Amino acid sequence: MVVPLEHVIILSGLLFSIGVMGVLFRRNVIIIFMSIELMLNAVNLALVGFSRYHNNVDGQVFVFLVMTLAAAEVSVGLAIIVALFRNRQTVNINEMNLMKN
Amino acid sequence: MDLSLYFTRQDLWGILPEIVLLVGALIILSIELFARSQRAAMLGVGILSLVIAGGFASKNFGSSFILFQGMVTLNDYSTFFDLLYMTAGIVTMVISYNYLERKGGETRGEYFALILFATMGMMLMTRGNDLVIIFLGMELLSLSLYVLVGFLRHDVFSNESAIKYLLLGAFATGFFLFGAVLVYGTTGTTNFQHIASAITNNEILSDTLLSLGIGLLLVGFAFKVALVPFHMWSPDVYQGAPTSVTAFLCTAPKAAGFGALLKVFLVAFPALHADWQDLLWALALLTMIVGNISALVQTNVKRMLAFSSVTHAGYLCIGILVLNEMGVSAILFYLLVYSVMNLGAFGIISLLEKEEKGVNFKDYEGLASKHPWLSASLALFMLSLAGFPPTAGFVAKYTLFSSAISEGYIWLIIIAILNTLVSVYYYVRLIVNMYMRTSEETLVPFLHPLLSVVIFILAISIMFFGVLPGWLIDTVTQAARIYT
Repeated sequence: MVVPLEHVIILSGLLFSIGVMGVLFRRNVIIIFMSIELMLNAVNLALVGFSRYHNNVDGQVFVFLVMTLAAAEVSVGLAIIVALFRNRQTVNINEMNLMKN
Repeated sequence: MDLSLYFTRQDLWGILPEIVLLVGALIILSIELFARSQRAAMLGVGILSLVIAGGFASKNFGSSFILFQGMVTLNDYSTFFDLLYMTAGIVTMVISYNYLERKGGETRGEYFALILFATMGMMLMTRGNDLVIIFLGMELLSLSLYVLVGFLRHDVFSNESAIKYLLLGAFATGFFLFGAVLVYGTTGTTNFQHIASAITNNEILSDTLLSLGIGLLLVGFAFKVALVPFHMWSPDVYQGAPTSVTAFLCTAPKAAGFGALLKVFLVAFPALHADWQDLLWALALLTMIVGNISALVQTNVKRMLAFSSVTHAGYLCIGILVLNEMGVSAILFYLLVYSVMNLGAFGIISLLEKEEKGVNFKDYEGLASKHPWLSASLALFMLSLAGFPPTAGFVAKYTLFSSAISEGYIWLIIIAILNTLVSVYYYVRLIVNMYMRTSEETLVPFLHPLLSVVIFILAISIMFFGVLPGWLIDTVTQAARIYT
């Protein structure tokens, strides 16, 4: 049985929205980061769905690039979070307000 | 395995500048590994590889190639941007000399290597002819910048701006990607020409999804170039980042963002111009006004310049709205002049900065009597940012606004000119502080002959392009013509 394209798009759209909500409403930097990863994975899902629908592999190649990017972003991101935690002993985004006038 | 199936020799010659930058970055990282104290050598290799890459890139002027089966295009448009990025890279490297040490950090080889990687990423962004390449270039740039912004890892401000830049940058990447996917899904391709022909032949899966995709792409770009209401990250990031990095951050990547945005909308979606015109109009208006009003009340010079760069992004949006050869050439001219002015201004601030001092308006009181040349250059950059004749800033604004008027955007231009008048206040405020107030202790700049020469060249070119803009205008017209 072939899964219809609409189902893939709707699922991916839902996952993407959950990711956006997570970024906007969660206060822990790590959780925000996880939500961003969720957004990227929603993108991957849509890519695979479209790739299958159009019957060309462009989308699947794109998925590999997105996955690589996600991995690179996590390594840079966690390094920055560790540096921040060493200096501030917190990962709460509400306390990142040293620069308001 | 026959590699010629995948790429030819011509493809490799085309990306020679990128290869040079990559090799340069690897050499720098090796020096860092084996001879950590050789900072001058690392700086030298960095500047040298940018100069060599610039030499190879400038050889492409006047010719155009399609490389890697349409993934990358080389033309005067991309070459113009290549040279802009390299100039910004060189100036950034020079003004970084000893800067991190003055701020209690340490200049490591990675710093120069990351600038080279960022330059590579930006070159891919404006050379790319495919959503995948634009995406890869943008991420290479962003990942390098996240690290550069947080480079002072013992400094809480640097940490904080890095985390903000990282989170919002990655968030924006998500939007950009989802937009790219929807465009791919509805047209079945990621190549710009194929997307354009699919749209004109009406071979698209769903109009709604395509519009949604273009909207999300625009949101992604708007985050990257800091258009209101997606600009909230920029003042905090510009303020907290090391000033030498801020100089880079607010010039070359912004040019790259606009270059790629222009390319996507001109090559891939020209048929839909009318659909997103109103949206861009509103973005331009909001960006100008909000950026300007926020800049009025700042006490920190870096933060003021951050909001001023938001305002300039608003002016540049007008050029994208115009979307003809005149508009494109006006944007190219504006981007170059804008980059020179901001590199100069942030360069001087980075020289004056010491520990906590040197970034507030108050610190600049009485500077002119002690350091007349430095103050004169800073004043020149400020006047040019405000758009006074005979500086290049005036010519840039004039060409941009007149291209918009000839397309009938009268009201937008009236508002833009009013905004320019308001902006005079916060630029001149710095000049007043330097020249008309006195203070017992003034800032002591860190002056090195190399730095003075670079600042001098930037100031001279601002005057030169203001008085005799003809040569540059010819160049940008050519760069815009080949492109459209």
